[in-house]
Amino acid sequence: MTSATRQTPEGYEAALGGADTKVAQFEAPRRTPLGHVQHFLHSNPTMVPVIVLVLSLIVFGALAGGRFFSAFNLSLILQQVSIIGILAAAQSLIILTAGIDLSVAAIMALMSVLAGKLAVESGVPAPMAILMIFGMGAGAGLLNGFLVTKIKLPPFIVTLGTWNIFYALTLWFSGAQSMRSQDIDAAAPMLKWFGNGFQIGGANITYGSVLMVVVFGVLWYMLNKTAWGRHVYAVGDDKDAAELAGIRTDRTLISVYALAGLVCALAAWAAIGRVGSISPTSFYEGNLHSITAVVVGGISLFGGRGSILGALFGALIVGVFNSGLRLVQVDVLWQLFAIGWLVIIAVAIDQWIRKVSA
Amino acid sequence: MTKRTLKAALWSAAAAGALLASPAAADEIGACLITKTDTNPFFVKMREGATEAAASMGINLQTFAGRIDGDVETQIAAVETCIASGASGILITPSDSRALTPVITQAREAGLLVIALDTPFEPADVADATFATDNFQAGVLIGQWAAAQLGDEAANARIALLDLNASEISVDYLRDGGFLQGFGIDIMDPTDIGDETDPRIVGHDVTNGNEDGGRTAMENLLQIDPSINVVYTINEPAAAGAYEALRSMGRQDDVLIVSVDGGCPGVANVRDGVIGATSMQFPLLMASLGIEAIHAFATDGTRPSNSDGLDFYNTGVQLITDQPVDGIESITSEEGLGRCWG
Repeated sequence: MTSATRQTPEGYEAALGGADTKVAQFEAPRRTPLGHVQHFLHSNPTMVPVIVLVLSLIVFGALAGGRFFSAFNLSLILQQVSIIGILAAAQSLIILTAGIDLSVAAIMALMSVLAGKLAVESGVPAPMAILMIFGMGAGAGLLNGFLVTKIKLPPFIVTLGTWNIFYALTLWFSGAQSMRSQDIDAAAPMLKWFGNGFQIGGANITYGSVLMVVVFGVLWYMLNKTAWGRHVYAVGDDKDAAELAGIRTDRTLISVYALAGLVCALAAWAAIGRVGSISPTSFYEGNLHSITAVVVGGISLFGGRGSILGALFGALIVGVFNSGLRLVQVDVLWQLFAIGWLVIIAVAIDQWIRKVSA
Repeated sequence: MTKRTLKAALWSAAAAGALLASPAAADEIGACLITKTDTNPFFVKMREGATEAAASMGINLQTFAGRIDGDVETQIAAVETCIASGASGILITPSDSRALTPVITQAREAGLLVIALDTPFEPADVADATFATDNFQAGVLIGQWAAAQLGDEAANARIALLDLNASEISVDYLRDGGFLQGFGIDIMDPTDIGDETDPRIVGHDVTNGNEDGGRTAMENLLQIDPSINVVYTINEPAAAGAYEALRSMGRQDDVLIVSVDGGCPGVANVRDGVIGATSMQFPLLMASLGIEAIHAFATDGTRPSNSDGLDFYNTGVQLITDQPVDGIESITSEEGLGRCWG
């Protein structure tokens, strides 16, 4: 063997000299302009409803003119969406855990009827009656949470059942008849407090509208700035992984359902102010309207993704559509048609955003 | 529970059911009342009327109800049970005007007298007779009253109409059209809501017949034209909601609200000045007249006949108002409260 043919370790190294010296990497395709949009929306999911809200304000402003854009009309939209908005806040909590709550409006109706029974008919002091419905609302949510976590039933089935149960109780306690505004004024005007408000430059802001914004603000803080909130997102994203990470998932879920029930009781108090009477039949489809607001607001039905503020914008979008279409005097069936498309398009956009590559 | 005990329980339950449903004694007249639900106070009144009339005439009455409005299956099962029980007649508020036709035909072939209460079948002659409110006439009365209240100003009225929902069912277009005709407006196609061209109409909106819908619809129409001074409402809960909207804008004292129904909270709202006038209907009377008709049919075979010019027997409407006008018969809210939905 000659030295010329003998390969040294240096020789092996030398052979590498001809190889690619770059570190392994993934090819990052150049983003198309659409890809940039997709990426932006992926990192800022609340921007979709905000953009839709601004666009719909512009479109209806152009179609209906000053009547639509008056401070008074905008404050009226806020009043009209306030109850569904608060229910949507409760609904968002459940949907963030990958659940769904069909019973939100039924809990609300039952609590408003019970508030009337206690404060108007049985002479319980109004503040006491309100505290009692807060407790019972949380209890109703607790029942949902218990059935979901301990009996391990799907949230859809549990709340389908409790929706019917709470609705039946509502009819039973009310005799299917409304309690009149005048009777509430005489016995317990505090029940209607959220219907009062104040004027700013032509706008008529009710305390109910303020309550909606405050509820969203508080829940946003809880979800984003507390450990509990991060646990809610984690459980919604992947319950098993959350469990392995040491989160007490059942306890988190039960607390979410109970909190949602409490928020529904708050909505019940606000609804008495908004509607004037205590009405067992009002907001009968409030559960579906709240889900609409949440979905249009870009919160994923698969859980763990989306900002609760999206539901606020979702509720406002639906309110703007309804008000705008009424002002341009479109037949009511086209309102249903438009809201239907809004839901489908919102979920389609959500699916598209989810496909984003890093 | 084991499978066997479950089975035994089911069998004994079935046997108990069979005993209860066994044919009435031959000398006793049987009748059935089948309502849409048993929670709506309107149907509760109906059951009261039937129960009282049956007790006074010695009729054996069985009552059934669907779980919710639209629950056809339960009503079909109730009709079948009723045929099997050997009753002489059935009073029914059909949850679906068409879907119950086959089973009703079956009942009539079995020799039962079938009377539709409140809601007619389509076509109406599926049943032997229909005892119902003349909803068009109910609308006409409040329309005439509103026009008379305004006097010469009726020519400049600004009218809002708060209807039921997007389906435009018969009770919806009959009341709406009746009101407009009573007010003196050409209603064009009587089965179409909102095809009128009279400039006094500001607009129509839907309420789902509840307070929340009434309030939102009133707010929307006031945004289109704040000078609205006459408001028609499909029922009294919608009227209460409309009043709240007007009150929040300080307009409650210069707008006339009219409605239809005659439920006790609605009549109380007439007394308190929320509603100017309402047309009361009489579910209790519908049912007691129905029981009388079954009694007559069972004793001598007489069948009830329709009111002149109508395809149903009109159980009447009564205008309730505390501001009566000349030429329109009415009673006060105090009198009305004593007989709401009587």
